[in-house]
Amino acid sequence: MSTEKKQQTVQTTGHAWDGDLQEFNNPLPNWWLWGFYATVVFAVIYWVLFPTFPIGKSYTKGVMNDITYKTADGKEHTTHWNTRSLLMKEMQEAREMQKPYVDKIVKASYSQIAKDKDQSAFAYSTAKVLFADNCAGCHQSGGAGVMGMYPNLADDAWLWGGSYAKIEETIRSGRKGSMPGFKASLSAAQIDNVAEYVLSFSGTKVNAAKAAKGKAIFEGSGGCFACHTKEGTGQIAMGAANLTDKVWTIANVNAAKTLAEKKAAVKAVVTNGVAGRDMPAWQGRLSDADIKMLTYYVHQLGGGK
Amino acid sequence: MKHETIETNAGWLIFLTLIVISIGGLVEIVPLYFIDDTIETVKVEGKDTVRPYTPLELRGRDLYQREGCYTCHSQMIRPFRDEALRYGHYSLAAESQFDHPFQWGSKRTGPDLARVGKKYSNQWHVQHLIAPRSVVPESIMPNYPWLMKNKLEYKDIAGRLKALKMVGVPYSITEDEYKANVKRYGKDVADKLDINQAEKNLLAQAQSGNYDGNKDDITEMDAMVAYLQVLGTMVDFKKFEDGHFTRFR
Repeated sequence: MSTEKKQQTVQTTGHAWDGDLQEFNNPLPNWWLWGFYATVVFAVIYWVLFPTFPIGKSYTKGVMNDITYKTADGKEHTTHWNTRSLLMKEMQEAREMQKPYVDKIVKASYSQIAKDKDQSAFAYSTAKVLFADNCAGCHQSGGAGVMGMYPNLADDAWLWGGSYAKIEETIRSGRKGSMPGFKASLSAAQIDNVAEYVLSFSGTKVNAAKAAKGKAIFEGSGGCFACHTKEGTGQIAMGAANLTDKVWTIANVNAAKTLAEKKAAVKAVVTNGVAGRDMPAWQGRLSDADIKMLTYYVHQLGGGK
Repeated sequence: MKHETIETNAGWLIFLTLIVISIGGLVEIVPLYFIDDTIETVKVEGKDTVRPYTPLELRGRDLYQREGCYTCHSQMIRPFRDEALRYGHYSLAAESQFDHPFQWGSKRTGPDLARVGKKYSNQWHVQHLIAPRSVVPESIMPNYPWLMKNKLEYKDIAGRLKALKMVGVPYSITEDEYKANVKRYGKDVADKLDINQAEKNLLAQAQSGNYDGNKDDITEMDAMVAYLQVLGTMVDFKKFEDGHFTRFR
């Protein structure tokens, strides 16, 4: 047997376990031993070059490893090697590569961006990523929103205005939308009549007598007109919805088939009101240039005015 | 001692192996307790801005752990460009100094949550926790509808704060500790860290914040959303010049 042959040439540790289990005592292979010495040498060099060794309340910063970076405001800093400064350097390089485009976009008006092929392409591709990271959670990746919760950004209806200036304002400072519930101030029958009248704005065939009663409440004791106007066109200053178009953001009227179902959807909103429709403010998170590109992107989703 | 003695004696072998492998950990970890810059100084107008969680936020943190959120969500933005662009400023050690245990995590099945605070509305969080796919169709996150149904247990909140105080989180019991907190954080924050007022503070925050959109009772959802909305918001990076925090490394 080959093992027997080896046992004759290589020493064993001299101990037998379980009667016949023996262990060879081979020397370490040279490649392994020198590899080990090399790691020791590497460690010593690393200690010298990089921040490593703790000394009291501080640590060695290493030699010949300076990183020089410029911050966004143009100040230059030089520090010893560390990952945070490496990031600053990387951010600086990316910023400088994008600078020619970003500078143009910051200076340009929205209509200029839309006309210029390079600028609009840059704004579009940057904002597409920003939109996915920051907006799609609510407004969905294509901007279609969620019925009953988050408005559709791709249609023609805008609660807070669809001009560039209004969209930018919305992104920058956020919005707080709400509508009071009327279950305390109006009876169920009155709310029923109001719903008839509200549906009549957008061309639904309703009971004329009931709608007339609803109109009196809408323009009178209910006070609906204060936000939605007597014509039902809404006011973007308050985020009050336009009731005359066929676009619905909270009451899902378009999904309802019968008048009763449509009314039920409207009545639920009138009864309970709308609370917590808060759009967060993004000026603390995104740069001015980012907000501008995002505004351009949202505007071109389909409904920009 | 002969090598053979160690190899043939399990007790010695275990003991000496433990000593050898702990050396590696000790030389890496212990100095961090003595180095000044390990935890960054984050002061605005002389006051620390990173504070311990309020009682309600702390209950949210407990639920975050109970539900195992940390198994899919990290709370640690590393200093890389891609992470900076997606999540925001890298996390500071100071920002998790009062987390016991820390919630850095090690696996991102879902996105990092270190700066999720104020990014979405309360209403979004409620909807998303109850049924994630109703707002994010691509999501594989489980539903947590019971957060909305379960009433929040808060009778033991003072005990929870005391436990954290034992491991060094600066909640106050005595007048002197309270005064120290006033000096460190200002009166508004110090009031919220007073263990004697813990239950009162919890109720007040849940009532005024109304995180779950239901004013009638205080649910686990209130605490969870209060916690999520404060994550990563304690340091206002606009108040520090760009690159300020490189000096601590």
